[in-house]
Amino acid sequence: MTRIDDTFARLKVEGKKAFVSYVMAGDPNYEKSLEIVKGLPAAGVDIIELGLPFTDPMADGSTIQLAGQRALEAGQTLEKTLEMVRSFRETDDTTPIVMMGYYNPIYSRGVDKFLQDAKDVGIDGLIIVDLPPEEDEELCIPAQKAGLNFIRLATPTTDEKRLPTVLRNTSGFVYYVSITGITGAAEAQAADVAPEVARIKSDTDLPVIVGFGVKTPETAEAIAGVADGTVVGSAIVQKIADDAPVADVLSFVKSLAEGAHRA
Amino acid sequence: MANDLFNSFMTGPDETGRFGKFGGRFVSETLMPLILSLEDEYEKAKTDDSFWAEMNDLWTNYVGRPSPMYFAERLTAHLGGAQIYMKRDELNHTGAHKINNVLGQIILARRMGKTRIIAETGAGQHGVATATVCAKFGLKCVVYMGAHDVERQAPNVFRMRLLGAEVIPVTSGRGTLKDAMNDALRDWVTNVRDTFYCIGTVAGPHPYPAMVRDFQAIIGKEAKAQLEEQIGRLPDTLIAAIGGGSNAMGLFFPFLDDKEVEIIGVEAGGKGVNAKMEHCASLTGGRPGVLHGNRTYLLQDDDGQILEGFSISAGLDYPGIGPEHAWLHEIGRAKYVAITDAEALEAFQLCCEQEGIIPALEPSHALAHVMKIAPDLPKDHVICMNMCGRGDKDIFTVAKALGFEMNTGA
Ligand SMILES: Cc1ncc(COP(=O)(O)O)c(C=O)c1O
Repeated sequence: MTRIDDTFARLKVEGKKAFVSYVMAGDPNYEKSLEIVKGLPAAGVDIIELGLPFTDPMADGSTIQLAGQRALEAGQTLEKTLEMVRSFRETDDTTPIVMMGYYNPIYSRGVDKFLQDAKDVGIDGLIIVDLPPEEDEELCIPAQKAGLNFIRLATPTTDEKRLPTVLRNTSGFVYYVSITGITGAAEAQAADVAPEVARIKSDTDLPVIVGFGVKTPETAEAIAGVADGTVVGSAIVQKIADDAPVADVLSFVKSLAEGAHRA
Repeated sequence: MANDLFNSFMTGPDETGRFGKFGGRFVSETLMPLILSLEDEYEKAKTDDSFWAEMNDLWTNYVGRPSPMYFAERLTAHLGGAQIYMKRDELNHTGAHKINNVLGQIILARRMGKTRIIAETGAGQHGVATATVCAKFGLKCVVYMGAHDVERQAPNVFRMRLLGAEVIPVTSGRGTLKDAMNDALRDWVTNVRDTFYCIGTVAGPHPYPAMVRDFQAIIGKEAKAQLEEQIGRLPDTLIAAIGGGSNAMGLFFPFLDDKEVEIIGVEAGGKGVNAKMEHCASLTGGRPGVLHGNRTYLLQDDDGQILEGFSISAGLDYPGIGPEHAWLHEIGRAKYVAITDAEALEAFQLCCEQEGIIPALEPSHALAHVMKIAPDLPKDHVICMNMCGRGDKDIFTVAKALGFEMNTGA
């Protein structure tokens, strides 16, 4: 059982959907980013997705591209992102942290060393956008062996034939990408998402969380209502881009969490 | 025979799209199904005579192939050593080798029922070739081009617009080829159902590196036959410039198993391959990493963040290189060197003066390496370099570098 499994078990008992928030590690700088991350659980966040900055985020829209750029300019590195998690874990040993990003910074550090460090600091899962099932040998299988969840993206283009391949080595939860597109794009539509979630759930017992295109408490509620939970990223990151004080960022997160938890 | 096959350098990639450890399919799940169906379609086309009949017809009657094999007599005499032959792909319709590959991909796109074509471009030559073939077939065409390149390759931007393409300047990063490729990939993820991504070089996820190589290999096949006819033997050395590596792979591939042929790829050395990283020499100054769908040598920092390259030539200004080159480099079948902006400019001028050929800045890099090695080689040594593009697009950049005022003509 990982912290992710524990969290879904707790939510099930409470009869609640999961609210997952995404922020970029180190955006706009290390200190403010850490303060925001430390405040997320109290704002109602069930699972924290922490973006790993990368110069070439090819699946991200401009909001998250710019967040990565701000973080890198402020000196964020993979090393510092691991340090952030270590610091977070000093006061919170229950909220799961999933690192989301691209493969190259991890490959550059060395997969074995990275997995050891990730486990040590208290990271629970990985979402690596540019590692499809065809590349499972690279990181997915070593990560599972190291006791980390490897969370796969399923998308509207993942057809019946391919779905079992996508689900095969996934663990923790399945992340359904609500649109064909990049982060920060069009609003997700609950009516489109519902049958897709049902399709995935007929093939797996894992929780299905839906992200991309969720920006408001209302959409969070609607989307969480047809899945096991929902993710908000760009809308929160935009508050940080607008230089909102930490308290304002967290109160916006709270409104989103309440939306998702109403579902 | 089994032993011959075992020793062949021409059997890659394997079923996971790898050349040694390089290559692969590092893309998001949204694109994966499409990439698999492209691979299927390409595998079918490869052995389909009607596909190659269509290609050959267009290569002959639209592009103007075969391109000549030209003995550069005055340049040879001037340098005083090895004989220099030029494979004249700059004479192709649209002025570079890029169209060889575009035709193949657009025919595939049509077979797959895709109606919208996207492309990235650096120097604009691939963008122009894509816009051209789209105009010919009546397909919608969108070209991503770094904002910095839009500026330094203005004639090609206007050409693309005339041909009916939409050119989207990309402002992220430093506004060069890498950034254009990021935005093209973002467009593709968004419009995956009706859109075909026509990649301009031997990079990207499998099957692109192999497919683009196969389409460009017409260069090397012709070169082999033409040299056989003109000199009755294989050349001693092949030299080509490398951005992503498509013109080079096209020339090199048919010669890979001719082990007596020396193969040299020329990367862009920018201001010099040094600690300041103001260059684009991925093999000379980079290390293995994963970007744009494949594992290859990349310019990157200690944290695995990709660095912006630097080169006077927009077509070579890319921090990576095709995975097959990374493999040929590691196994030592090909050798890779770097040429600086200054050396390329000098070669550019010499080629104009000695041969009456205005070369593109990209092959000027290859030519600069020819100038370096030819004088010390014996007179019966034959070098074949790939003159893969003409320099019309570069005259503004070169004028600026040489301090010539275009507006006043002084
Ligand atoms: C004339 C010419 N040569 C070379 C290149 C570099 O590409 P590649 O290395 O794929 O041949 C370009 C790219 O724009 C080009 O226009």
